[in-house]
Amino acid sequence: MPHIAQAAESVITKHGRDATRLLQILIDLQQALGYLPPAGISAVAAGLDLPRARVEGVAGFYSFLHLEPVGEYRILFSDNITDRMLGSLELRDALCRKLWVEQGKLSEDGLISIDVTSCTGMCDQGPAMLVNGLPITRVDHQRINEIAELVRTRVPLSAWPRAFFHVDDNIRRRDALLGQSFVSGSAIEAAIRLGRDQWIDEMRASRLRGRGGAGFTTCVKWEACRDAPGSDKVVVCNADEGEPGTFKDRVLLTRCADRVFEGMVLAAWATGANRGFMYLRGEYAYLRPALEAELARMRAAGLLGRTILGEAGFDFDIEIHLGAGAYVCGEESALIESLEGKRGTPRIRPPFPVTHGYLGRPTVVNNVETLTKTTLIALGGGAAFAATGTAQSTGTKLLSVSGDCAFPGIYEYPFGVRIDRVLEDCGAGDAHMVQVGGASGVTIAGYEFSRSIAFEDVPSAGAFMVFDSSRDPFDVAHNFVDFFTHESCGFCTPCRIGTSLLKGYMDKLARGYGAKKDLADIEWINRLLRNTSHCGLGSTAPNPVVDTLAKFRPAYERRLRTLDFEPAFDLDAALAAARRITGRDDPAAHLDSGDKQHTEGER
Amino acid sequence: MSGHFMFDGRPVPFEAGQTILEAARAAGHYIPHLCWHPDFPPHGSCKLCMVKVGGRHVSSCALEAKEGMEVESNTPEMNGERRALLQMLFVEGNHFCPSCEKSGNCQLQAQAYELEMTSARFDHFFPVRPVDASHPDILLDFNRCIFCELCVRASRDVDGKSVFALTNRGIHKHLVVNAESGQLGDTDFSADDLAANICPVGVILHKRVGFEVPIGERTYDEVPISVVSMRDKGSKP
Repeated sequence: MPHIAQAAESVITKHGRDATRLLQILIDLQQALGYLPPAGISAVAAGLDLPRARVEGVAGFYSFLHLEPVGEYRILFSDNITDRMLGSLELRDALCRKLWVEQGKLSEDGLISIDVTSCTGMCDQGPAMLVNGLPITRVDHQRINEIAELVRTRVPLSAWPRAFFHVDDNIRRRDALLGQSFVSGSAIEAAIRLGRDQWIDEMRASRLRGRGGAGFTTCVKWEACRDAPGSDKVVVCNADEGEPGTFKDRVLLTRCADRVFEGMVLAAWATGANRGFMYLRGEYAYLRPALEAELARMRAAGLLGRTILGEAGFDFDIEIHLGAGAYVCGEESALIESLEGKRGTPRIRPPFPVTHGYLGRPTVVNNVETLTKTTLIALGGGAAFAATGTAQSTGTKLLSVSGDCAFPGIYEYPFGVRIDRVLEDCGAGDAHMVQVGGASGVTIAGYEFSRSIAFEDVPSAGAFMVFDSSRDPFDVAHNFVDFFTHESCGFCTPCRIGTSLLKGYMDKLARGYGAKKDLADIEWINRLLRNTSHCGLGSTAPNPVVDTLAKFRPAYERRLRTLDFEPAFDLDAALAAARRITGRDDPAAHLDSGDKQHTEGER
Repeated sequence: MSGHFMFDGRPVPFEAGQTILEAARAAGHYIPHLCWHPDFPPHGSCKLCMVKVGGRHVSSCALEAKEGMEVESNTPEMNGERRALLQMLFVEGNHFCPSCEKSGNCQLQAQAYELEMTSARFDHFFPVRPVDASHPDILLDFNRCIFCELCVRASRDVDGKSVFALTNRGIHKHLVVNAESGQLGDTDFSADDLAANICPVGVILHKRVGFEVPIGERTYDEVPISVVSMRDKGSKP
């Protein structure tokens, strides 16, 4: 026990006994101890002068924090539909068999635990997994064999083959952003030359809209924050790229971190903020050292810190906060709660973060890609930016293309690009369905491939998952429903319970026990989720089901028995335990189940 | 700023800062709710107080009233959705009213009568939620929790003890108490705390007072919750 208290004390000291850093403290303590034992929670609570229950509540919220012991090696298979299409479940089962461990359980020797996790953002090079938080891409049976051997022989992760951890950028098409070289500091310099007001004018002229999904006009956010009463304004970069099938922010953070951070400085220049946070999803923690190095380089170059580029009164710096496996923290008010060291529960809005954000201060939260785009506006002007794309969707969009295509990866197009154009470019010869915008996005059927990616037609946060004619749209929707059920924060009644109910119906259909009434119930739950949820997670959770039901209804109908009602389980099989106890297996001990066979494995 | 908005077609006055629910209540119009309480800031989790404003669904407990708003509340559509939310709450936990000490005083049960919920419609989850009888004066039966967080809020903001918090998330979200043992008996909880007397359902129960008032003579047994709530506007949610 003393070592637990010691570890907690050193982590708390490192974080300046700051209770708003609770999540960061718990992440670091887990790094030191392997998991968060009860005594560790108590020590953190005492050290921060917080109620213990609150600390336990925060620790329990995040998927990557463990209140029970986990293996020395913690393997999490990414469970996006694209991983599954590449055989991830079979690979997971193979590894479980080789290491004699059940999914979700700790091996008896405490060596290994294997489980699944939400999309890790490696869909263009899957199937992917995380080993103790580090991504491994392109998992195949050979790699599974090697990993099993490395685990069995307890080879430390640092000695595993480097090739396992190689992550490709896979940039396939470059346009305004990716096609242009960039001189660090040039965008800040240009904006300072313009002056704060004129810089905002350029942003207004650009009509840039948020790239994280909602498509809110960036300048409106910035102006609202600038005009909000109160000093100590805050700029947050939302790098919690959790939408299944999306990985463009990962590539931006890898390839042009300088531009991402510079975009934050530009937002600070516009709003008058002096404090910046990057909220980096836990799955991308491996990027942190390079990002910290970039921040250090920018500080040394006078692009961060006090008196940026010699401009008196322009003080701004950035710190990186890690997430810990919670998709809902991509919602800006949940993200802010998490930044404050709390459970990632979306707030009641209004008030909005631009007036009451981080610690009640006016706060701008922008997506990674949005911020990166602002550097283009600073350098080329708002009008030039607005001249590309479409009327309501200016500029370019990065698409994360994955699934059934020859060339998965990042494609940058001007907004307005047609879906069939993207399919042609990525080598998707047999596309029959595309999921645009991720699990919460829009399911596009073949007859809609002439539609365009733009806020006024098919909006997208960046995901573009291709499915060929061998794929079953029901399986795709089922996977997404599982995802939302796992990621619901549980705050509001409809999302907490509705996603679970929806999962129950989808499971029932998948087992072959569907009835017509179930489809009616599904549609009713979809409506309740849409109408009554507290935030976008719940209101978009039914999208994949609503869309596939409308566009691929036969995928559901062939799973129905033609009855009005069908119980969710096999009544006769449910009597198996009673038969076992009474030692009977005569015909009278079975329900008259017509032509159904009695095949339960009674011993 | 003050003004009027239309509530189910009738004008309702409001003061600046008043929410739709507060202004409607003051004018004698009841909106069903579970997590809202007159003594606490809006919470907005149960979603029972959902109304439609200009065709959009909003939480009436949280949204400030504005001049000229057209609010739809007591309509078949809204009550149908409220009923479904209640059904969800009923299947999520283990609610066996006939054997529950809170029967007749329970707001969840009273809302179900109010909104004419005659079946649970959905499959029951039957979660396993052990009770906590470790405290000398109080029993915790988590089977009935609806996550309104009134105990969390009362203990933190009024009692100054923070005895309760929520942990885990999604459908696995649950209450924990402020002790490493996880036992209420190891906290400084007291039967006099506001948190011990605010649970709208039957989670936080006082020991040794079981069935003091016979079922059939309790608060909501004879008078519906919409009447009780409006009669005791100041004190009763």
